[in-house]
Amino acid sequence: MNFDLTEDRQMLQDSLRRYLADKYTVEHRNKVAYEDPFHDDAKWTELTELGALFALAPEEAGGMGGAGFDISVVFEELGRVICPEPVLGALMASRLMTAAGADQEELLSGATKYAVGLGELDAPYDMSGLTTTAKGGKLTGRKSIVYGGQAADVFLIAAKDGDSLNVYEVKAADASVTGYALMDGAGAAEVVLDDAPATLLIEGAEAAIEDAVNAGIVALCSEAVGAMDVLHKMTVDYLGQRKQFGRPIGTFQVLQHRAVDMLTEIEQSRSIVIKAAAELGGPNASRYCSMAKNLIGRAGRLVAEEAIQMHGGIAMTWEYPGSHYAKRIIMIDAQLGDTDYHLARVAQAA
Amino acid sequence: MDLNFTPEEEAFRQEVRDFFAENLPDDIRDAVRRGGELTKEIMERYHAILNKKGWLGTTWPKEYGGPGWGPVERHIFDEESCAAYAPRIVPFGLGMLGPVLQKFGTQEQKDYYLPRILNGDDWWCQGYSEPGAGSDLASLKTRAVRDGDEWVINGQKTWTTLGQHADWIFCLCRTDPDVKQQEGISFILVDMSTPGVEVRPIKLIEGGHEVNEVFFTDVRVPYGNLVGEENKGWTIAKYLLTHERTGIAGVGFSMLELEEVKELAKKVIRNGKPLAEDPLFAARVAQAEIDLEAMKLTNLRMLFTAQKNGAPGPETSILKIKGTVINQELKDLGRRALGPNAAPFPGSLAGTNLDVAPDGHANNAARYFNNRKTSIFGGSNEIQRNILTKTMLGL
Repeated sequence: MNFDLTEDRQMLQDSLRRYLADKYTVEHRNKVAYEDPFHDDAKWTELTELGALFALAPEEAGGMGGAGFDISVVFEELGRVICPEPVLGALMASRLMTAAGADQEELLSGATKYAVGLGELDAPYDMSGLTTTAKGGKLTGRKSIVYGGQAADVFLIAAKDGDSLNVYEVKAADASVTGYALMDGAGAAEVVLDDAPATLLIEGAEAAIEDAVNAGIVALCSEAVGAMDVLHKMTVDYLGQRKQFGRPIGTFQVLQHRAVDMLTEIEQSRSIVIKAAAELGGPNASRYCSMAKNLIGRAGRLVAEEAIQMHGGIAMTWEYPGSHYAKRIIMIDAQLGDTDYHLARVAQAA
Repeated sequence: MDLNFTPEEEAFRQEVRDFFAENLPDDIRDAVRRGGELTKEIMERYHAILNKKGWLGTTWPKEYGGPGWGPVERHIFDEESCAAYAPRIVPFGLGMLGPVLQKFGTQEQKDYYLPRILNGDDWWCQGYSEPGAGSDLASLKTRAVRDGDEWVINGQKTWTTLGQHADWIFCLCRTDPDVKQQEGISFILVDMSTPGVEVRPIKLIEGGHEVNEVFFTDVRVPYGNLVGEENKGWTIAKYLLTHERTGIAGVGFSMLELEEVKELAKKVIRNGKPLAEDPLFAARVAQAEIDLEAMKLTNLRMLFTAQKNGAPGPETSILKIKGTVINQELKDLGRRALGPNAAPFPGSLAGTNLDVAPDGHANNAARYFNNRKTSIFGGSNEIQRNILTKTMLGL
């Protein structure tokens, strides 16, 4: 039993933390996250040069990591600065391409940006309701809220060919892509496919998609832990500084105990992400990923809402960094299956 | 990151598992499974079984007759003893006074009391709380005045768990009323058969007798029954609060509880189907299971820290808070799964062939009510939050 990071991961964490703290200040983040193209291309390049994407793929796919703990290290750091770069799309695309045995040098170097289109308007999480179809190598349908889609060069799209659930590669130029900003910053796209030329990547892709989603869940949960940790520290700092009734509001027990409850849930979140990361790629990955996503959905809501409440009006402002952390933490719940969706999955499996 | 136990630790787990399979008598196992109070005879017999193996003083170093386990071995022992439906070791002599004497006692005290604790010669209870000193323990008033080579003790202790069985009580007493509260307290051992000691039972919410009031009227004990220095008892009390708290999450008990709730939900029929198939109930169980799964890891993470640093950190208060809340939730599910069939007072239908609850679950409501104590005792969850506020938040 050992809960310390390996030396390599410790180095990755240190270099990412230094770089992001220096280059991705919250002012810069808010400037780029809400303006087209809803991320910063120069920073994307620097981030990939630091090896952030190589850490996400295993050696046999040309990467230098790819384990659950590699993913969680990278995304926890991204979460600490609520980084809007489209790394999640790269991760999930990389998982699919690894499953397909496809070359991903362009992806891992950051030269080509990938986004993954799984969910649809009426089937955001569950692949059984897909309506996008493939016919003669061409795709027709619409993929909704494709995270990072506004910046993508290539889409990996889940579609049905008859009864077979497949994954296809579609060039952005061959689809109608409408990019937009998200509530919590960063971008997404509506991707409309109308007889769009596509290359079959994986036939019978259920297991590959499940693995990509699980990896995405580990990433999102780690991102949430990073963001919650920062928001909690911000809140505790504020409790120590803000004075009312002639003393710091952090001397009031009612606020102290609520700040402790946030800490407790963050520690529980950290624990369940460690478990999910350890199980990623194994036979129980889906179960533990569902557990993690459910717990983090609940913890995230508590942390975000309590942070706003305990700050008072200041956290209601756009100017205060905490408000953007709160938004990101809340909105993570709606990605790759929310609290209820994953609770039902755990309950059904029991 | 490595969530696995070492091969040596796994071998130890197997050894513990085999030990319980071979040595835990069926009647003890059944009594634990039924829930409710265990008799003094059962607890003493269980202690003797462990003592024979050298496993009774789970936190004791070898020099005092303990197994010399580290935090991980203790954790494995706790998990396996829970899974085997073994009783919880009565903590007052073994988990509390023993370590206190080992750290603060004189050689004479160690030589006399420690073997008697292991051999079951003395049953110890704890004299901490008073009617006016609960969470604010340092405000305690029980007075010990030195008179020659004796202490004369007057006052009252309360919530004295299993005091009805006890031969001895270790007490925090006020020995200097004129200094700061924490600096006028001493740790004194009292033979319960001394004239002037009176034990009165407190009947608990579910009807059980596990705690007592203990009254002291001009109780005279030798001056040498003082442990540590005079007026330094608060240091000892604080030491006990931080000593070996990694088992405090009660993860083993909760894991057992979860399995029992799941099994129960398969037996209970609601709307013509097993309750387990009711999506609302299943979701409640799943949520508790998720919290428990995270708790298991939180517990292991803190064990790892304790092993690395030689002592558990203040974050173990998180284990107390969350561990008790999860266990209480599971007890609540066990009660609610039965619906009205949890309502009969324990024992009401015994011997009638008219049981309304599946076997082993007739006490679920009583267990639920009794278990509300866990977030109150051992430093209430609010006190734990105060501790975390100071140590982790720096507020």
